[in-house]
Amino acid sequence: MQKMPAWAEVVLVPLISLILAALISAIVILAIGENPWTALKLMVDGALGSTYGWGYTLYYATNFVFTGLAVAVAYHARLFNIGGEGQAALGGLGVALVCLYIPWPHWSLALIGATAGAAIAGAAWAAIPAFLQAKRGSHIVITTIMFNFIAAAFLNYLLVGPLKPTGSMDPATAGFPQTTFLPTFQDMFSFGETVLFRGTPANVTFFVAVAACVLVWLIIWRTRLGYEIRAFGHSQPAARYAGIGPTWIIMITMLMSGGLAGLMAINNVMGEAERLILNSVEGAGFIGIAVALMGRSHPFGVLLAAILFGFLYQGGAELAFWTTIPRELIVVIQALVILFTGALDNMVRMPLEAIFGRLSRPPKPDRRSAQSEPSA
Amino acid sequence: MDYLAILQILDSTIRLATPLLLACLAGLYSERAGIFDIGLEGKMLAAAFFSAAVAYTSGNAWVGMMAGIGASLVLSAVHGIASITFRGNQLISGVAINFLAAGLTVVVSQSWFAQGGRTPQLSGDGRFNPIVWPGAVERTRDIMQADPGQQLYSELISGHTSLVYIALLIVPLTWWVLFRTRFGLRLRAVGENPAAVDTAGVSVVGLRFAAVAIAGVLCGIAGAYLATALQAGFTKDMTAGRGYIALAALIFAKWRPWYALGATMLFGFLQAVALRPDMIEGTLGWDVQIQLLDALPYILTVIILAGFVGKAIPPRAGGEPYVKER
Repeated sequence: MQKMPAWAEVVLVPLISLILAALISAIVILAIGENPWTALKLMVDGALGSTYGWGYTLYYATNFVFTGLAVAVAYHARLFNIGGEGQAALGGLGVALVCLYIPWPHWSLALIGATAGAAIAGAAWAAIPAFLQAKRGSHIVITTIMFNFIAAAFLNYLLVGPLKPTGSMDPATAGFPQTTFLPTFQDMFSFGETVLFRGTPANVTFFVAVAACVLVWLIIWRTRLGYEIRAFGHSQPAARYAGIGPTWIIMITMLMSGGLAGLMAINNVMGEAERLILNSVEGAGFIGIAVALMGRSHPFGVLLAAILFGFLYQGGAELAFWTTIPRELIVVIQALVILFTGALDNMVRMPLEAIFGRLSRPPKPDRRSAQSEPSA
Repeated sequence: MDYLAILQILDSTIRLATPLLLACLAGLYSERAGIFDIGLEGKMLAAAFFSAAVAYTSGNAWVGMMAGIGASLVLSAVHGIASITFRGNQLISGVAINFLAAGLTVVVSQSWFAQGGRTPQLSGDGRFNPIVWPGAVERTRDIMQADPGQQLYSELISGHTSLVYIALLIVPLTWWVLFRTRFGLRLRAVGENPAAVDTAGVSVVGLRFAAVAIAGVLCGIAGAYLATALQAGFTKDMTAGRGYIALAALIFAKWRPWYALGATMLFGFLQAVALRPDMIEGTLGWDVQIQLLDALPYILTVIILAGFVGKAIPPRAGGEPYVKER
């Protein structure tokens, strides 16, 4: 069978998967007695119709870029890091410690410090599953799931105990000092009378996320390490034969992956909440899976998919506000995207490959010779 | 801590371990046939909702359970189509199923009952009620005054719902099916070496679908137990990670039925103890963090997985789609 052209692989397969997911979501909306077209219009208006909507969409997208990149980087080495949730939670702890216990003179320095804290904490949380996979052969999917729960229990313990300020009833740390507050889009893009992005949480971290995309692209496609990671992902025996050490690749890939997931915390913990609260990640670690699958593990695709999911998230909040459709509809859409782009990939791909295979075959002189042609 | 208190803890151990046991056995069938199933959580959740919803409208818990099993089987079919027919990634399919259930149950229950993602309270025949064995006493005062043997009988053995006893009976049944029947031998073989099974002229696809369907039925019972026996109705995300604990128990049990009983009882015990912090303090003399108890099943599983305490070796062909060579 002929291979598909590159554009079909990169654009057509995700697009068809997305359309299938959208169709089923529309059926779900119809089934609960709402109009899918009105719902879509509400979502577009609410998420993209104003700078207010964009402020939330891009804020959510920033979270998803980090967790999506985390899954994508690991996927290049054929490691499925399902632990983004826990790693991002630990990243939050790193950010909180850096912001609370170091007196920062200016937000820019605090951002650098928090970035390091978040990345180190996230990477550290990924290090143990990585080590166990590399050295003891424990399945990384299972260990990272377990570490999500351990992280949740650990943060729960810290936030109702040691990290909670005395006298507070809230399971959260104290608020961060003012010098660590990151400039929001409202601060950056409002000129004189015209206030844009009013009251929205989108902040300077968005640009860190874009930078992270570029950096990941450089590492994966322009460095020796990235080559080794991809080689390892394609064929472990071949990579080993070429002198690429599996332990090293598994460790470094998972450390990068965990670090990227941890970085999400500078957006939600430092940029938005300005303190560490219970369950701060809110499932963004899992959305990273959908984002990475949708974006075909390419940083640019991840960025686009993250914005799409940011739109869905903000649009979903608007839907829940204006209609009787609950927010959880977004979880359904997310599940369908994961299902079609991830698990049922072949269902979309096989017919497409057949179509392209037929199209690219040279025209046959007559019927009989066409029939005798081997079908594969 | 007195004798009766221990009995009470063990009693709630059994009640809390039952859904874990059923889900764990579900995972056991599936993974023994070479299909990883991290969608146990989602299937249980879907079953919990549909069993509670149908039990409420029909007023019959058994009818509810059938609906729950049906819902679970639909998700099993999705998993089977994705991972067997289209040879997709089984782990990703499982993740998708978990989210699908988490989202759909709330969306549908909001649409049907408009109670913020829960079903109305179940009562009477809408729930599975405790079965009191002959000769057992029920009233708390009678139990307090009874002799130890009677206390053990009344508190621990009698007074569970029928699903608890069914779950316990499924353990020897599973052992018998897996290790004493032709179907079981083939099921295990297809998880270790599907090519050999195929060569023998037995359908790999058929066997794997059968295993996934059995897993669906067991998850369905587990979900029905949660919503219509352990609690009286469905609440949002009521499985609360039990599917993942079952998965942990499965590894802990090294994919064996009797060990699965032991592992789920251990994890059920941890859950039961976590509900009674006063007792831990009274017994050990110091305060144990509840969060540590919550995390303990996962920590234990990681230690087992790391191979420091005995090695857990999964079925060899697990997670890999079978491609017939041409």
